[in-house]
Amino acid sequence: MSNGAATETMNVSFYEPKSILSWVLTTDHKRIGLMYLITISTFFLIAGGIAMLMRYELLTPESDFVSPHTYNVLFTLHGSIMVFFFIVPGVAASLGNFLIPLMIGARDVAFPKLNLGSYWIYLVGTIILLAALLQPADTGWTFYTPYSVKTGTDVILITFGVFVLGFSSILTGLNFIVTIHKLRAPGMTWDRLPLFIWSAYATSILQLLATPVVGITLLLLIAERTLDIGFFDPAKGGDPILFQNFFWFYSHPAVYIMVIPAFGIISEIIPVFSRKPIFGYKAIAYSSFAIAIISFFVWMHHMFVSGISQTAAAIFSFLTMLVAIPTAIKVFNWVATLYKGSISLESPMLYALSFIFLFTIGGLTGVYLGTLAVDVPLHDTYFVVAHMHYVMIGGTVFGFFGALHFWYPKWFGKMFNEAVAKLAWFLIFVGFNVTFFPQFFLGVEGMPRRYASYPPQFQTLHEISTYGSWILGLGIFIMTVNLIAGVIGGKKAPQNPYNSLSLEWQVPSPPPHENFHEIPTVTDWTYGYGKKSKTEA
Amino acid sequence: MSNNASIHEAHHPGPKTFIIVWIALTVLAALTVYIAQFHFGDWNVVVAMVIASVKATIVALYFMHLKYEDKLTWVYALYPLFLLFLLISSTIMDVFTRVPTIH
Amino acid sequence: MDSTVASHAEEHHELDPVVEYESSKLGMWLFLGTEILLFGGLFAAYAIYRARYPEMFAEQHRELDVWFGTINTFILLFSSFTMAMAVWSIQKGKQTRTVIFMLITIICGLAFGINKYFEYAEDFHKHLYPQTSIFYALYYLMTGLHMIHVFVGLTILSVITYLTHKGKFNENYNTPIEVGGLYWHLVDVIWIYLFPLLYLIA
Repeated sequence: MSNGAATETMNVSFYEPKSILSWVLTTDHKRIGLMYLITISTFFLIAGGIAMLMRYELLTPESDFVSPHTYNVLFTLHGSIMVFFFIVPGVAASLGNFLIPLMIGARDVAFPKLNLGSYWIYLVGTIILLAALLQPADTGWTFYTPYSVKTGTDVILITFGVFVLGFSSILTGLNFIVTIHKLRAPGMTWDRLPLFIWSAYATSILQLLATPVVGITLLLLIAERTLDIGFFDPAKGGDPILFQNFFWFYSHPAVYIMVIPAFGIISEIIPVFSRKPIFGYKAIAYSSFAIAIISFFVWMHHMFVSGISQTAAAIFSFLTMLVAIPTAIKVFNWVATLYKGSISLESPMLYALSFIFLFTIGGLTGVYLGTLAVDVPLHDTYFVVAHMHYVMIGGTVFGFFGALHFWYPKWFGKMFNEAVAKLAWFLIFVGFNVTFFPQFFLGVEGMPRRYASYPPQFQTLHEISTYGSWILGLGIFIMTVNLIAGVIGGKKAPQNPYNSLSLEWQVPSPPPHENFHEIPTVTDWTYGYGKKSKTEA
Repeated sequence: MSNNASIHEAHHPGPKTFIIVWIALTVLAALTVYIAQFHFGDWNVVVAMVIASVKATIVALYFMHLKYEDKLTWVYALYPLFLLFLLISSTIMDVFTRVPTIH
Repeated sequence: MDSTVASHAEEHHELDPVVEYESSKLGMWLFLGTEILLFGGLFAAYAIYRARYPEMFAEQHRELDVWFGTINTFILLFSSFTMAMAVWSIQKGKQTRTVIFMLITIICGLAFGINKYFEYAEDFHKHLYPQTSIFYALYYLMTGLHMIHVFVGLTILSVITYLTHKGKFNENYNTPIEVGGLYWHLVDVIWIYLFPLLYLIA
């Protein structure tokens, strides 16, 4: 059991001292989470800006704003930065770092110095990526062979940057798993853990065990380019599909790394703003693990038309159906939590509710794509683009934004302007749907992805989509300005503005370095809303 | 969930166990080399892998102390092996069930 | 803001020693799992290409020097033994004995590396390069990646040996030695599989 000694430092927030050196060398999980937050948000905005450029090009059928080669570079960068520098590390490393020790009643993670190392490794990876911009790759973020071996653009630097990031991901996952097992406060039994912790654990398993496979895959690609080997080259007896198999063995679980933390966030927000206990706690908790396990069994559904065998395709289509089940269980339980709840629509709740709606669309369209016969015409069309953005933006990003608004008072000790936040949410919600819903239709009509130019019959839908991207961009801009303004000049935040029961809300806003005056003893779960409970604040 | 404090006590193999394990490893290694000179076709791989697995297992159980570790450690020692098996078997299954579509 | 209070604010929180010991061990086992999957990709590639081109593997593996491989195998197995003895020694509080066992382990690792240097030199002399064929690509990549891990292991062990020599560890606290030992044993286990797959089987 951890020591619970009180110190006079309890009144000092974790932002003190303010010296740069103390931040550079910090081992405080709250600071490390904040540094991740700032970095990933910056990359999110950069990659989002690149997407706006792409959408601008797609206003007209001709490739008149940028050349096709530049367009290829743009979508490669957009994808690589979004996937590897924002969304895979993103929610887990920023929110996870900040919240996990607080939620389980610990003073920090199991390996605080390793945690700092994870962040610096991440930064090194991003610097390597910046170096790769000198001759940016045009392969798409999936780096498929044979093109990735043959192209004259710099594939090695960008894949090496991703490889370095993989280390950061692995070490963070390792840290979180050990933390959750070993550092829980007395009385914090597994059935009292907040659902965010269950989802953080499931995510960490994927980060730990899936990432090494993409590590070796990228090393093999780099070896193929530098040493002229032929693993993926048919002319030398190799198999290009092998690259895809290895790549997706990681990248499919990776999409669950992206979304499971968001599931955890929704499970935290909904009960607070419905003043009701979460419905089906065990089902939601176990479903995160079920997803983590099953996610390893479905990867070939990204390769149905790549040349895999019919046997493999049939098997993996069937297995893909399975992975939807635990997710559907979650959606059902969230909706059941809302039923007869006392619902209030503050900005975090707006994001959480729209998450349920948008992610369901995204998830269902994933089932369509997992259906083998349906995937054949839809593969590599805009239907896939729409599906993935519904789950990644409608899912993860909405969850991430909801989390930013929900834990904002705790993290920054300030309040943002709620009315502006609601306006921003509205623009983001509308803008997102206007951007991506037409893309389902574009895909069904045959518009391929990763094309800078297209036949004129697709123009109307592309125009609508681009206008939507402007609304979405405006909404994100307003949200960002609002959140930054709140940090600079917002009202001081109370300790627990939303009357949440979990442990992080029982400490000051923002918390002190030590997190807790004394390590708490937990006697009840954190979802006892709407009834008298021993831990109610 | 932490164990009680007596970690360094009764569950430790001593030099005797280690020497026996080391001798076994050396014998098995020599055996692997010896058998390799005979040609049993596909069975060579099987035999070699079985012997290698026995060696790896006793290194894990005794040198790495896995025999005395808790269930949690066992889960994380074994689960990656399962994933590895999944990766290898699925990719082999794919490669060997492909039927050429162009004749 | 009181600056002494602020500067003391971020002191290292001491974990209970039992929790710290168990956490470190669990953390290392988790990390070893990732190493298995890292090499796993290469083993998978090996399995696929061996199944596809059995004659290439049968023919080309004979060019490899079985003696180098066998001697290296015995060296690594012995080093695992001495590493286990080192952990046992520190658990009995015998610092000097621990240092001796660790030094032997390190020397074995260095010997492995030196052997590999001569072996690669001989392979190059025979014009066997990664580009020569898929089999040799696998040979160099697998043994090369393994070699990198040997060097990482030697670095870790050297630091630990030095710290043991300085008296930092005893029967009550020796977690880094045990945890470093786990890493070294993994390096041995990987070679246990690499050796027959590359050098021995037709």
